[in-house]
Amino acid sequence: MMNQNNLTPAVTANEFLVFTLGSEEYGIDILKVQEIRGYESVTRIANTPDFIKGVINLRGEIVPIVDLRVRFHLGDIRYDEFTVVIILHLVGRLVGMVVDGVSDVLTLTPAQIRPVPDFAATLDTHYLMGLGTVDQRMLILVDIERLVKSEDMALIEKTVTE
Amino acid sequence: MSIDLSQFFQVFFDETEEHLLALETLLLGVDRRAPVGEDLNAIFRAVHSIKGGSATFGFNDMTEVTHVLENLLDRVRKSEIILTEEMINAFLEAGDVLRMQLAFHRGQGSVDPEAVQGIQAKLTALASTVGSAPNFKVAPSIENSSVSVFSGEIRQKVPESVAQDDPGYGFFEPIGEAQSEPDPGYGFFVDLVPSAVTLPVSHPVSVGSGRGLVDLAEPDSPERIFRGRRATDQLGTDSSIRVNVEKVDQLINLAGELVITQAMLAQASEHLEGVRYEHLQKALRQLERNSRDLQEAILSVRMLPISVVFNRFPRLVRDLTTRLGKQVELKILGENTELDKELIEKISDPLTHLIRNSIDHGIEMPEQRHALQKPFLGTVTLNAYHRGGAVVIEVSDDGGGLPRDKILAKAREQGLLCHDAMTDAEVWNLVFEPGFSTADRVTEISGRGVGMDVVKRNIHQMGGRIEIDSTVGLGTRTTIRLPLTLAILDGLLVAVGEQVYVLPLISILESVQLTSENLRTISGDGRLLQVRGEYVPLIVLGEKFPVPGDRSLFPESPPIAVIVEAEGRKVAVCVDALLGQQQVVIKSLETHFRKLVGVSGATILGDGRVALIVDPAPLAHESRFSHTGVA
Repeated sequence: MMNQNNLTPAVTANEFLVFTLGSEEYGIDILKVQEIRGYESVTRIANTPDFIKGVINLRGEIVPIVDLRVRFHLGDIRYDEFTVVIILHLVGRLVGMVVDGVSDVLTLTPAQIRPVPDFAATLDTHYLMGLGTVDQRMLILVDIERLVKSEDMALIEKTVTE
Repeated sequence: MSIDLSQFFQVFFDETEEHLLALETLLLGVDRRAPVGEDLNAIFRAVHSIKGGSATFGFNDMTEVTHVLENLLDRVRKSEIILTEEMINAFLEAGDVLRMQLAFHRGQGSVDPEAVQGIQAKLTALASTVGSAPNFKVAPSIENSSVSVFSGEIRQKVPESVAQDDPGYGFFEPIGEAQSEPDPGYGFFVDLVPSAVTLPVSHPVSVGSGRGLVDLAEPDSPERIFRGRRATDQLGTDSSIRVNVEKVDQLINLAGELVITQAMLAQASEHLEGVRYEHLQKALRQLERNSRDLQEAILSVRMLPISVVFNRFPRLVRDLTTRLGKQVELKILGENTELDKELIEKISDPLTHLIRNSIDHGIEMPEQRHALQKPFLGTVTLNAYHRGGAVVIEVSDDGGGLPRDKILAKAREQGLLCHDAMTDAEVWNLVFEPGFSTADRVTEISGRGVGMDVVKRNIHQMGGRIEIDSTVGLGTRTTIRLPLTLAILDGLLVAVGEQVYVLPLISILESVQLTSENLRTISGDGRLLQVRGEYVPLIVLGEKFPVPGDRSLFPESPPIAVIVEAEGRKVAVCVDALLGQQQVVIKSLETHFRKLVGVSGATILGDGRVALIVDPAPLAHESRFSHTGVA
């Protein structure tokens, strides 16, 4: 199976932070999460894709904020006191990710993680580590590092075309 | 047992570089005059440290060169051989070879094996030619009774045997002990000098902190500047630690955050008045003072004295003057002026270029100077000082000055825009045009026409300005103005809708209110602003940086055009309002994000919000394209 390779990182990372985007539940490796904070107003940056909300000041660091709901065309995009930003720490870089809410931290055994079937989705299956099942819930496990570093996120230098 | 030595390589590289620099400075200090014992010892120590380090880390090629060098130095130090000009040249050359080898080990550049062998052969030859001559070789020169011989003389007063059995780096021995032992007496014999030789000047003797370091100060000597500085440098390094710049930047960050937090507290407590809150207000005022002091103190950590750069130039001047057959003295003033470390690294090349120009084109040949009744010895002066929140560095010479006619003729030849009625300042500015050179002949040193434009560009990149002032027959002065630090920028805060942008103050010429009278259009969409008869292309910042959001934040105030100059072009930037002038701490966007066109960085405002710093250069550039496109 091709997806077998994509499964390997999931075996090592078995604690996941679960967040919601619209009605779907997603899980990311908890070790990549630096902190979780409320949404505050951002400084807009011109000439960037619409899912890049802008930058914030995180204790002196200028950190970009992406809205995954805009990126994946999910749910009803509102910014209120319940909107949450997950600050990710990825190989020396900080990125803030706007989500609808953070629900819990779950430990998944390898047996609870199923490979991703090939299907057409806005979220390329390439960025998925697998699907987790906890009771009746399905968690979409995202390889967040791969996603953030991907070209179409326009967060990293080489994507500059101008 | 295996220890990974490579983790210490960086320390070795840094230290060796310092030793090489010290070596060079010392060698140049020793030049012409007396080989003072302490100087020779210091030179020996520098070489010995490099040798030790390179052997430890397995850089055997460097060990070999330093070994030969050390052997010769040791004999000079023990006064078995007299120090000659030839030797100093060879030592300097050896320093260059070591630097080359060091660069190679660092993974930069390559080693020229011929140079390595050449210098080894040269040093060995020097050691053997005079090698057999023992102490009494020195004796004849004592008759001259000049200062230059006292180290030789002292050698004779010290028992012969000492020379062999003391490795004598001399710097850890407490003074008292050293004097009671049979010791070659590094530096201590200075006390004997006044009795042995009658000197015109009494020598004040200063003793370094427990290292037996004795420094001779010669108030009338031209080398005084170098010597004085060296002494302070040596003392300075002893009480310093090596810290990664990242750590310092982190501290700067945190201090900046503290200042913002303090501002937030101050804002939050503004309405709390009266006796009940007196204590709180007092504490807050104290916090404000403390956090500002802390920020200032931390910013000063990045500052280094400009002597770090200036120290390289005596060697350059020496080499150039020897090659060109000119007589030039380098005067260094204000070498303790402090400047940001990053700027220090970047200012070196432009200064080198300016000094080369001064010596090559500015200072006349000795006979010519004589004919003009100028002092035989030409002077190039390097001066650094603080003025109005900026650092000013001047390179001046007492040479022939810039030839106005020649520059104009050359400019015409090159097809540059010029006319006879130009002011002097405008004429001097022509030399900064790309491809410009007035040198009659292209020399190895300068005159290829790549240079002054690069100098100007470099200075601009540092956020600085450069000006030339020149008088025919009297000389030329180039003045460079730099910001104190790259970490802080003087900026003008402007509003575009809800967004706040920072424009670097150094590129702003003026601000003009937009009216229907001064705004002109070309073919409908090319906009020009008329300012005192001049037409400047106008760009609207809100259109360059379109963001969704409310635009009518200042509906009642007419838009304002800020005229900025970048890369020699003027452009008017239209904004909604001017919010004020402020010093802002520059933050990189690239750390966590990426580079953005037209934005040089970001900063954090007093209320904790992020504001982007506008880079005027691409704006000016773009305006020209759109403008020509329209026309």
